[in-house]
Amino acid sequence: MSTQKESLFSKKNMKLIKDPLNDSNPISIQVLGICSALAITIMLENAFVMSMSVLFVLIMANVVVSLIRNLIPDKIRIIVQLVIVATLVITVDQILKAYVYEVSKQLSVFVGLIITNCIIMGRLEAFALGNKPGPAFLDAIGNAFGYTWILLVVGFVREVFGSGSVWGIKFIPDSWLIDNGGFYEHNGLMLLSPIALFLVASVIWVQRSKNRKLIEEN
Amino acid sequence: MLDYVNIIVKSIFVENMIFAYFLGMCSYLAVSKSVKTASGLGAAVIFVLVVTVPVNYLLENYVLAEGALEWLDASYGINGDNTMDLSFLSFIMFIAVVASIVQLVEMIVEKFAPALYGALGIFLPLIAVNCSILGGALFMQERQYASIGEATAFAFGSGIGWWLAIVALAAIREKIRYSNVPAPLRGLGITFIITGLMGIAFMAFLGIKL
Repeated sequence: MSTQKESLFSKKNMKLIKDPLNDSNPISIQVLGICSALAITIMLENAFVMSMSVLFVLIMANVVVSLIRNLIPDKIRIIVQLVIVATLVITVDQILKAYVYEVSKQLSVFVGLIITNCIIMGRLEAFALGNKPGPAFLDAIGNAFGYTWILLVVGFVREVFGSGSVWGIKFIPDSWLIDNGGFYEHNGLMLLSPIALFLVASVIWVQRSKNRKLIEEN
Repeated sequence: MLDYVNIIVKSIFVENMIFAYFLGMCSYLAVSKSVKTASGLGAAVIFVLVVTVPVNYLLENYVLAEGALEWLDASYGINGDNTMDLSFLSFIMFIAVVASIVQLVEMIVEKFAPALYGALGIFLPLIAVNCSILGGALFMQERQYASIGEATAFAFGSGIGWWLAIVALAAIREKIRYSNVPAPLRGLGITFIITGLMGIAFMAFLGIKL
């Protein structure tokens, strides 16, 4: 066995990481996990904390489910998966409350909603149930980073134009603002939730213009 | 009575599940190609929300919250010696309740109302992992409704709001087939933009004080 064993970083496995970053991105192509992606991207910091939570939960859940995939009875697999994911999410929630309380207050119910985040259930159903832990681990990393980069892009644009700061550090001096006799005003629209939809739509537009195979029918 | 009406109107329009919080977006985007199926999924969401939120409300107030176990023994009460706060368990309890009730509802509906099962059947299993159902339970926990009646009114209003949003989107998508959308935006992209515009329109309700 060991001589024929496929290396963890073979070409086929690297594809598992690379694909979700672009051509099968969980958000813009597979349409999974949109709920949280849109609601918590007002600040870059929130988007980052959320991505890291999803990264942790997705990797752990994918590996654990993949390890016990032959033991799970088919009929109750959804409940088994939900219990595993819920346990991991409780861990994340408690850690966030202990170390970054302010961020955890702002994320409010959306940390709990990682449980029903479609990316996680989708990857468990589509990949972890039928593959070994090694590839499941790589698949989780790929998809989590595919989710992360879109969140960070949307969070960056919203924070720069909406509050004139990056990671909470203001780069537009207060004296520039119209209220203080200057010429500049923050774009309040960026702080409203619908703008996130337009930004993700722009990402989709760019992505599909580059790779025309991805274009759908109307 | 007026309280209930206020809660319902508020959760349909002002705090709409989709346009204000983006809950349940995955199925909202995937199942909105025709008005008929969208309406079926919307009805299933209303139904499951109205059943699960009151059950989770009881669970929250009689088991999970700090001092909620007072009915067992006075020493478990909020000022007792053995006060317990089990709220860290709420995620796992809520999702277990949702998943098992959905399973139960599916079996009961199949047995006693075959016509309804025909209409909702394929959507029910999908709903266990719909964010709007768990979101409903978590918002109920966060907002601390005063009675089980208010929690049910909130669940009903949120469900109606979700139904309204998906039916409206499906109706627009049926018509958009006739317009010339830029190729890379077709399908998903334009749906995002439509949802965003509808969300901005719904913000008009934000000024309503109830």
